[in-house]
Amino acid sequence: MAIEVRDVNKAFGATPVLTGITLDIAAGSLTALLGPSGGGKSTLLRVIAGLEQPDTGTVTINGVDATRLSPQRRNVGFVFQHYAAFKHLTVLRNVAFGLEVRKRPKAEVRARVRELLELVHLEQMADRYPAQLSGGQRQRMALARALAVEPEVLLLDEPFGALDAQVRKELRTWLRRLHDEVHVTTVFVTHDQEEAMDVADEIVVLADGRVQQVGRPSEIYENPANPFVMGFLGPITVLNGQLVRPHDVELSRTPVDGGVEAVVTRIVSLGFEIRIEARAGGADVWAQLTDASARALDVRPGDTLYFRPAATANALTAVPV
Amino acid sequence: MARLPLRVLALLYLLLLLVLPVVLVAWRTFEHGVGAFVDALSTPNAIHAFAVTGSVAVWSVLANTLFGVGMAVLLVRHRFPGKRIVNALIDLPLAVSPVVVGLALILVYGRFAPVGGWLERHGLQVIFSLPGMVLATIFVSLPLVVRAIVPVLEELGEDQEQAAHTLGASRWQTFRRITLPGIRGALGYGVVLCLARALGEYGAVAVVSGRQVGQTQTATLFVEERYQNFDTGSAFAVATVLALAAVLILLVTKLLRRKEVL
Repeated sequence: MAIEVRDVNKAFGATPVLTGITLDIAAGSLTALLGPSGGGKSTLLRVIAGLEQPDTGTVTINGVDATRLSPQRRNVGFVFQHYAAFKHLTVLRNVAFGLEVRKRPKAEVRARVRELLELVHLEQMADRYPAQLSGGQRQRMALARALAVEPEVLLLDEPFGALDAQVRKELRTWLRRLHDEVHVTTVFVTHDQEEAMDVADEIVVLADGRVQQVGRPSEIYENPANPFVMGFLGPITVLNGQLVRPHDVELSRTPVDGGVEAVVTRIVSLGFEIRIEARAGGADVWAQLTDASARALDVRPGDTLYFRPAATANALTAVPV
Repeated sequence: MARLPLRVLALLYLLLLLVLPVVLVAWRTFEHGVGAFVDALSTPNAIHAFAVTGSVAVWSVLANTLFGVGMAVLLVRHRFPGKRIVNALIDLPLAVSPVVVGLALILVYGRFAPVGGWLERHGLQVIFSLPGMVLATIFVSLPLVVRAIVPVLEELGEDQEQAAHTLGASRWQTFRRITLPGIRGALGYGVVLCLARALGEYGAVAVVSGRQVGQTQTATLFVEERYQNFDTGSAFAVATVLALAAVLILLVTKLLRRKEVL
């Protein structure tokens, strides 16, 4: 295991932020810490980096107990949401920083920096200052800077959070490819489940300062451990007190066993898929169908339909609110 | 139009209060030609007074720069009990009259005070000597560097410093390579303000120096003493030099401020 977190607790004043966190992160993996804001994921990342001290518990990095080590000695690469670019230094000097403070020979620094700038496609920008770069370029520079010192683990705190949607998508594909090239154990924090599922090998869902579930993206999506995880990872609808994914709902025109009777209120076409919204008693239910199956059903607003979870669906019992 | 009378009033106010006195000082200085001006500045006492002012200014600016940077980092980056009190105390010198500062220093460092007596037995005379004048000047200009740096340090944030730490930089390396360049402009501004204050200080230094001509007399004390002795030529000559120095310093601060904006 590259990172082992054991029984970590941390509170800011009287507010607990991390409660009994125990977590293993495999060497060479790309892991997402996923959860809502205020769930403790950034704090956990900062505890791993040594930027925060846990109140109790330990952090081990590649077999070395790092709990009391300063960030300076942990050999982790850290990438901040707002880049933390050294504003008074050029791109080249930013990337060289870690090597310069380690007093590496000049020729070695130059060669390594050139290699990294090529890796992040910034070789043309070497002599620019961070203020002259776009957000995406700044974040790539920050990544190159973190990788320059050959860290044992790479930690990214909402790395794409400050970027617009288009650049975000590009960068996360690029991060995935970069990881396949460099193979450094990588942990990144995100509140975007799509981003986590798209990029990560492994997802750790954190909420209320606790680990809710750990697993591969498909595992977590298909077998969520609790209603919270299920709701956070994707859309849900409630049928007879059961949480179901809307694409796992079967519709019929005739009454069926376990079916919920509902009157269709709205039909929304989202291109290849159709969303059918309906009213059942006092509650709203909905289902997601492919274009073809919706046409076969020939449903219109005002029709009465019976909703029930498909036989293959993974349903969870809803917690009464 | 109410604007025109208002403008005239503002100009008149500045003219009577600021421009006229300064111009008159300059005019009186060069009344008898540049030769007389140079002569007045080359008397041994005048030269000595500038030398005293110079060394007082250099030492106090140095002390306030070190203290100011350290205190600003402490106030912005660290949490400690009593921080609010320290924060309030730093501004005290702006509120206390310099004469009171001088008297207070005599109470602590005077020959017959415990601390002053002990120092004097160990060969260091503070009051009526250069150390006392430096202390007094440090006291009155204490907040200038701190207050110039604090907002910039807050604005800078901790991200860059934390990034430097994770990249393997020690505290000192981080300070020197990241924090210091980040506050460079503000530090320069604070230092220049502090220098201006040190050159112009009169009250506190007057009390602790003993005003010994040719020994503990600074340029401002020289102006006052010459004027009292009806040697207006010398008084105005040195006054003009001090005023020119102030204008120069103002220009430098403007320059530093403009750089900051870029």
